[in-house]
Amino acid sequence: MSKGTNMRSTLFWTAVVAILVYMTLPAVVVVATSFNPTEVMAFPPNGFSLRWYEKALTYPDFQVAFKNSLIVMGVSSTLAMLLGSSFAYLIFHYNFRGRGLLEAALWSPLIVPHFTTGFGFLLLGSHLNLTQGFAVIVMAHLLLVTPFVTRAVFVSLSNVDPNYARAAANLGATPTRVMVKITVPLILPGMIGGWLIASILSLTEFTASLYVTASRTQTLPVAMYNYIREYADPTISAISALLILSTTAIMIIANHFLGLRRILGIDNG
Amino acid sequence: MMHQKMTAITALEHSVEIKAVSKTFGSFHAVNNVSLPIRTGEFVTLLGPSGCGKTTLLNMVAGFIDPSAGAIHIGGVDVTDVPVHLRDTGMVFQSYALFPHMNVFDNVAFGLRQRKFSKSEVTHKVMQTIEMMKLSGMEGRRISQLSGGQQQRVALARAIAIQPKVLLLDEPLSALDKSLRAQMQVELIEMHRNTGLTTIFVTHDQGEALSLSDRIVVMNRGQIQQVAEPIDLYRNPANGFVASFIGEINALPAAIYQASDREISLAIGNIRMTAPRRAEWQFGQGEMVQAFVRPEHIRIATSADAGCNVVTGEVLTHIYQGSHTITRLRVDGLGPIEMRLPGGDVVGRVPVGMPTQIAFDLSQVILLADKSS
Ligand SMILES: Nc1ncnc2c1ncn2[C@@H]1O[C@H](COP(=O)(O)OP(=O)(O)O)[C@@H](O)[C@H]1O
Ligand SMILES: [Mg+2]
Repeated sequence: MSKGTNMRSTLFWTAVVAILVYMTLPAVVVVATSFNPTEVMAFPPNGFSLRWYEKALTYPDFQVAFKNSLIVMGVSSTLAMLLGSSFAYLIFHYNFRGRGLLEAALWSPLIVPHFTTGFGFLLLGSHLNLTQGFAVIVMAHLLLVTPFVTRAVFVSLSNVDPNYARAAANLGATPTRVMVKITVPLILPGMIGGWLIASILSLTEFTASLYVTASRTQTLPVAMYNYIREYADPTISAISALLILSTTAIMIIANHFLGLRRILGIDNG
Repeated sequence: MMHQKMTAITALEHSVEIKAVSKTFGSFHAVNNVSLPIRTGEFVTLLGPSGCGKTTLLNMVAGFIDPSAGAIHIGGVDVTDVPVHLRDTGMVFQSYALFPHMNVFDNVAFGLRQRKFSKSEVTHKVMQTIEMMKLSGMEGRRISQLSGGQQQRVALARAIAIQPKVLLLDEPLSALDKSLRAQMQVELIEMHRNTGLTTIFVTHDQGEALSLSDRIVVMNRGQIQQVAEPIDLYRNPANGFVASFIGEINALPAAIYQASDREISLAIGNIRMTAPRRAEWQFGQGEMVQAFVRPEHIRIATSADAGCNVVTGEVLTHIYQGSHTITRLRVDGLGPIEMRLPGGDVVGRVPVGMPTQIAFDLSQVILLADKSS
């Protein structure tokens, strides 16, 4: 190996490490402080203890908020999967008047700040007398996560050979049967992947949730925010670490399902 | 019920009728006024160069594409407006399109399950088809675990299991390597004999068409050029396109020099040749024609030829083909000529660069009016 290549590979690995550190540093700092044995948020921690985890898991506000988060996550990501898949199918298969408009509307949550969306639902909710109930929270989350499901399913649809559906119809399958027996199974990895991404986004959503939740319906990120406004002990670090752990678990499952695409041989279909 | 249906179809002379069908994409005529009746049980091949409209025509029979004009009848019924799933055709796609999330059994069973057969009937018919296509023991395999040849057979099995009114094959052998292709040709012939299914086969390979078909439909630029049995097509091409597309052929511009009842004599450049007269030739003296001579109708001249239809050529190359050799020569006034020497034997070849006398057997010459003049 020449000196030049050596230099370049050193540079390369330095860059890789720098990116890794930069991307994970905030989370690492927070997780590290969660192990402090005393009430100070020292970094590096001045000892090791799990007492703040115990506190986090038994703190009533967090318990309620976690349950709320799971409900909102489950309902909004499932609805998003159904709605997003339908949108993707519609946009992929039909060239109708106003298709461009529908697509633009679907991407708008990426442009409109979460702050605005939350505030908008707060105003809407008060008009509809749904103020800060679960319905409004779910509607806000649904709107924010549906584009991601649509995107995932659209990519899946683009990767499926259209001749599969033709072959099924040719063998006598009605359009409904083609959908149930061929199209849905072939795009299922995309649907599940989209569902899991929607779950993560919903679980960690804070800005919009701040506006549409009340203390009874607050989700975990909102409860965490309320906690840190009053207390400054490492409980907040511990609950952060737990939230990271949950999303990582969902991410691993998502990757597993997106990886399924290759097992089914759909990518080269 | 099934039996009655079968006899009803058999009683029909034509199981598929394509009636003045056209398909335009924008201003482009992909299929242009094609009419083709197909007899029950017939093996018909659509043959033509890539892009001539074969797939488009086949897709219109299956119902994937609506014709811009014309009608399609299957089993004596106008199906032009009938949706795909009610047409009862069996398609084998070029890419096979086997369902990747089902095993071999479920792929073959798919069509039968749409037809509400009982579970035991489905199993019986699937196993019967699987056996016929030499796939026994592979029922449980995933599609990704099959070789190209096996996938091909599963695709065929899936299409024939439903005993469709017509089997549609779109270049099914083109993805296979050469030896497998030859084997699958034999299996296709056997499959057709066993099932008696009316079959429309699409290919751009004239050899495949000649060896498989009852009748060949030669297409070019969306139009039918000729419909004929393989031998007839080879011997009596209707026009220059068919003559050049089917097999190897030497095209020689010629003028009718003299025409009598028994003979016709041609002036090809400054060379004079004589062919026995055919009744269908209506050429007058002085008319310009194209004379088509196949390489196998040219041989090294012997004394028996007595100088009749003999010319001198210079050997340019020998192309060894195993069972025979194609020799390319230059003949003054004719340009390059290809002849076919039987036997792949190197002995007896005239060395490259040397002149030799060759004799044209014009008993099977093809004369077509020269449209360019
Ligand atoms: N959907 C389409 N839109 C525009 N042109 C098409 C379409 N489908 C086929 N064509 C054109 O029609 C012609 C015939 O195509 P095809 O039937 O696939 O030919 P073949 O199967 O004989 O190779 C080609 O020139 C092709 O480019
Ligand atoms: Mg084609």
